[in-house]
Amino acid sequence: MKIIADTGKCVGAGQCVLTEPALFDQSEDDGTVIVLNDTPDGELIEKAREAVNICPSQALSLEE
Amino acid sequence: MTATEELRMPVARTCPFSQPEQYVRMREDSALHRVQIPGGKQAWVAARHEEARQILGDRRFSSDRFLPNFPFLAEGGAAILTNAKQKAMIGMDAPEHGEARREVLGEFTVKRVEAMRPRIQEIVDGLIDELLAGPKPADLVEKLSLPVPSLVICELLGVPYGDHDYFQERTMALIRRSTSVEDRKKASEELRGYLGGLVTAKEKDPTDDLLGRQIVKRREEGTYDHDAMIGLAFLLLVAGHETTANMISLGTIGLLENPGQRATIEADPGKTLLAVEELLRYFTIVEGATARVATEDVEIGGVTIKAGEGVLVLGYAANWDPEVFESPEKLDLERGARHHVAFGFGPHQCLGQNLARMELQIVFDTLFRRIPTLTCTLPADQLPVKKDATIFGLYQLPVTW
Ligand code: SF4
Repeated sequence: MKIIADTGKCVGAGQCVLTEPALFDQSEDDGTVIVLNDTPDGELIEKAREAVNICPSQALSLEE
Repeated sequence: MTATEELRMPVARTCPFSQPEQYVRMREDSALHRVQIPGGKQAWVAARHEEARQILGDRRFSSDRFLPNFPFLAEGGAAILTNAKQKAMIGMDAPEHGEARREVLGEFTVKRVEAMRPRIQEIVDGLIDELLAGPKPADLVEKLSLPVPSLVICELLGVPYGDHDYFQERTMALIRRSTSVEDRKKASEELRGYLGGLVTAKEKDPTDDLLGRQIVKRREEGTYDHDAMIGLAFLLLVAGHETTANMISLGTIGLLENPGQRATIEADPGKTLLAVEELLRYFTIVEGATARVATEDVEIGGVTIKAGEGVLVLGYAANWDPEVFESPEKLDLERGARHHVAFGFGPHQCLGQNLARMELQIVFDTLFRRIPTLTCTLPADQLPVKKDATIFGLYQLPVTW
């Protein structure tokens, strides 16, 4: 599984960071998402799914 | 609900612990409804979670408050829009909106907000010290709910807290539905005038606060605009204190009325952040901000919303949608309610949400740890609720300990 982030869509709400700081961070400059680990495994897979569902701007998706 | 029955919005919320009956019926009947709104106009209303997220996430719905059918819930809502330059971020669409939002986003990232934690804790502790040293019973709204977010947003923006009576009064006039069109205009102009003076002072001497930093940054980029800076200050000041204040009051009464639930966060403060999400879902204080206008024909929930028609997304109704939140009328702090829409959804989702979350988390942890005997001196159903405001909350919360 791979996490795809579209920073053009990201509105920087940081919901992904709150969901899993091991997977996501935000740029200091414009607040948009930075994916720290785009190929999560184990428990992090569920966290990645939760982040995709909660992201308000459909900036995150998963390639299964 | 029969087709001939006329639905009206807004519906006054009278009890913090139950949903207006019209919301319940609308959600049960169909995904979308046609309603009468102030000013003799009509709009669509979405009351279910699924359609709420669809509409708010769909860029074919515009937030432009200058569009002719923009569904204002307060009469005279349009009256304070006097020129296009005053367009605030909440009234912009892509790509203008994204650009404006990105200018300030850096100030609101999870990390930046986390860095403010010690100072916010200090503010909350100081206010609780004062509360404990003062007479009882006391009004928690005055002693805690309002000053916490007010002090935080003032420090962040670089607005003198000593002026809070001035801007609090005007903010209240703006969000009270019963405010006359004339008074609404006056309050808005005075607030703008006040912030204009502040911005001018910071232009001469840019202090190290959000407004000062933005002035420096935008000048370097060559995008600086005096009116836009006033607009930003206006939006953040208004959005930043009344909202969180109401959540503090309602969250407190929610926790006081549900001692069993409160015990779960007292036993494990690690759970407070999730508990805050449930309190946000349960009370969902803001509704008018999620109004939109369709820019083309869009099919949602089986009906076609025509280009130019207004839509109201009822976050509060959506957050009590039993399809998504089982037994929504139950306050369940361990529910894991993170997919609520209390901060909106889509590109306009609240910019200050992480700051609000942290303020609430610190307040609830600190308040009940330091005053475990806190009680409300009025039965919950006699509390003065803001029936007439576009942001729901309590006018007073008398407490003793
Ligand atoms: S949750 Fe979505 S919009 Fe928010 S920062 Fe993460 S990717 Fe961006």
